[in-house]
Amino acid sequence: MRRFALIAVPYLWLLFLFLVPFLIVFKISLSDLALAIPPYAPTFKDGIAEMLRQFDFENFVFLTVDDLYWKAYLSSLQIAFFSTLITLMVGYPMAYGMARAPEEWRATLMMLVILPFWTSFLIRVYAWIGILSNDGFLNQLLMWIGLINEPLTILNTNIAVYIGIVYTYLPFMILPIYAALDRLDESLNEAAEDLGCSRMQAFWLVTIPLSKNGIIAGCFLVFIPALGEFVIPSLLGGSGTLMIGKILFEEFFNNRDWPVASAVAVVLLLILIIPIVLFQRNQQRQAEAEQ
Amino acid sequence: MKRLSWFNVTSLTLGFAFLYLPMVLLVIYSFNASKLVTVWAGFSPRWYGELMQNEAFLDAALVTLKVAVASSTLATILGTMAAYVLVRGGRFMGRTLFSGMIYAPLVMPEVITGLSLLLLFIGIGMDRGVLTIVLAHTTFSMCYVSVVVSSRLMTFDRSLEEAALDLGSSPWTAFRLITLPIIAPAVISGWLLAFTLSLDDLVIASFVSGPSSTTLPIKIFSAVRLGVSPEINALSTLMIGIVTIGVIIASLISKRNSLRAQNDAQAAERATG
Repeated sequence: MRRFALIAVPYLWLLFLFLVPFLIVFKISLSDLALAIPPYAPTFKDGIAEMLRQFDFENFVFLTVDDLYWKAYLSSLQIAFFSTLITLMVGYPMAYGMARAPEEWRATLMMLVILPFWTSFLIRVYAWIGILSNDGFLNQLLMWIGLINEPLTILNTNIAVYIGIVYTYLPFMILPIYAALDRLDESLNEAAEDLGCSRMQAFWLVTIPLSKNGIIAGCFLVFIPALGEFVIPSLLGGSGTLMIGKILFEEFFNNRDWPVASAVAVVLLLILIIPIVLFQRNQQRQAEAEQ
Repeated sequence: MKRLSWFNVTSLTLGFAFLYLPMVLLVIYSFNASKLVTVWAGFSPRWYGELMQNEAFLDAALVTLKVAVASSTLATILGTMAAYVLVRGGRFMGRTLFSGMIYAPLVMPEVITGLSLLLLFIGIGMDRGVLTIVLAHTTFSMCYVSVVVSSRLMTFDRSLEEAALDLGSSPWTAFRLITLPIIAPAVISGWLLAFTLSLDDLVIASFVSGPSSTTLPIKIFSAVRLGVSPEINALSTLMIGIVTIGVIIASLISKRNSLRAQNDAQAAERATG
C-alpha cells in the first residue's frame, strides 16, 4: 500500500501536469481559431466523435504556406548550430586548460565555471545590452583605441544573439568536456609522443578521440536549449532575428492565435526529438562503457 | 607532472575574462552617479536607494521568494520520491513512461512547457496566480531534483538498508534512519537547484502568472526591454552578490565536510591498524 502511494503521487503529478498539458497542446494545434475566450474551438464538451470530426491539419498547412514559420525554423537551426560550434571552440580550450591545471586549483576553477550558472540567466543576458549597444562599452573601447570611427551596430542583430548564446551556455559545454578530459590517462599521450607523434598529433589522435563523449554531450546540452531559446533573441536580437521560441511567444501573446502557436510548438518538438534521442543514446553508451 | 603551456594559460585567462567581465562591468556601473548608464560620473549608491523605494520591485521580489520556497520544497519531496521509485522501486506498470516523464522536462523548451501548462490551467478553469506558478515550477524542478537524488541513490551501499530491514525496522524507519541521512547532501543540493531554477524562471512564469502575481524576472524583463537602466544594474548587483556569497558558503561547507570525513577515515584506520 505504501509502495503504491510512493509510486502514485509523483506519477500522477507528472501525468496531470506534464503529459496531459502536452496532449492539450496537440489537440488545440488541430483545432480552428475562434473569436472567443479561450480563443479556440472545439472544446471538450462536444464529445470525442464531434471533436475528432472537427480536427484538421489546417494550422500545420498554414505553417508551410506562410514563409515566416519555415524561415524561423531554419534560422533557429542555423543559429543553434553555429553557436554550438563556437561554444565548442571557446569551451574546449578552457576545459583542456582546467584539466591540465595543478590539482589544488581545480576546485576553484570548477567553482568559477559553475558560479555563472547559479546567477540569473536574465541578468547575464542583460549585461550584454550595455556592452553591445551603440554607445556601449565595446564601441567606446574600439573608438578609444582608434580601430573604428563610427560605432558598430551589434545589438539587435544576429551577432548579438550568437554572443548571448555562447556566453550563457558556455558552462554546459565546459563541464562534460572537463569531466572527460579529467579521466584521461596522461600516459597515453606520453606513449604517443614516445612513439614519434608530435604533441599536436598526439592531441588530435589521442586526446580528442578520448574526449569525444564529453564533446558530444556538451554540444547537445548547448544545441537543444539554444534551439527553443526565447530570452536571448528577444533581448539581444532585432526585428530581423527569426527564432522559433520568439515567434511562438509572440503568436500566443500578441496575435492570440492559440491554434497556430500550438502547431508551432508541436513542430518544434518534432524537430527536437532527433537531437534528444541522439543525446540519450550517447549518454547511455557512456554509462555502459563506465560499468 | 602536468605542465600548463602558455596556450592553456591564455585560453583560461581569456575564457574567464569573457565569463566574468560582463558581470563585473554591471556591478561597477551600478554605483554610477549618472543616469546615462555607460558614462561614468563618479561613485554613488543612489540607485540602491531608489530601488528600495520602488514598491513594484519589492512586491515582485516577495512573490518570487514565496513561489521559490514553496515550489522548491514541494519539488524536493516529489523529486526524492520519484528518484526512490526509479532506483529502488523495481518493476511496475508504466515504468518506462514514468522515467520518460522525469527526463523529458529537462530538455523541453520552456516556451512549450509554459504554453502547455497555461492551456491546462485555462482548460480546467483555474485562475492564474501564485498557485499556478508554484504548480508549474514544481513540475519542472522536481525532475532536476530527482536526477540529482537518483545519482546519489545509485552509488550508495544498499546493504546498509538491508541490514536495517534484517534487524527488524520497517521500510519507512530504514528510509528515515539510514537512507535519508546518506542522501541528505543530494537532497539539499536538489532543493537549492530547484530554488534557483524557480527564482530564475521568466518564460514559464510569463505564461502561467496572472496580473496580481508578477514575479521579479517578469518585472525585470519588461523594464529591460526598454533598455539599460541603473536601477536594474543595482538590482542585478544585489542578486549576483547573494548568489556569490551562497555558493562560496556552500563550497566551504562541503570542503569542511569532506575534510572531516577524511580525518574520520584516518582516525578509524589508526584505531584498527
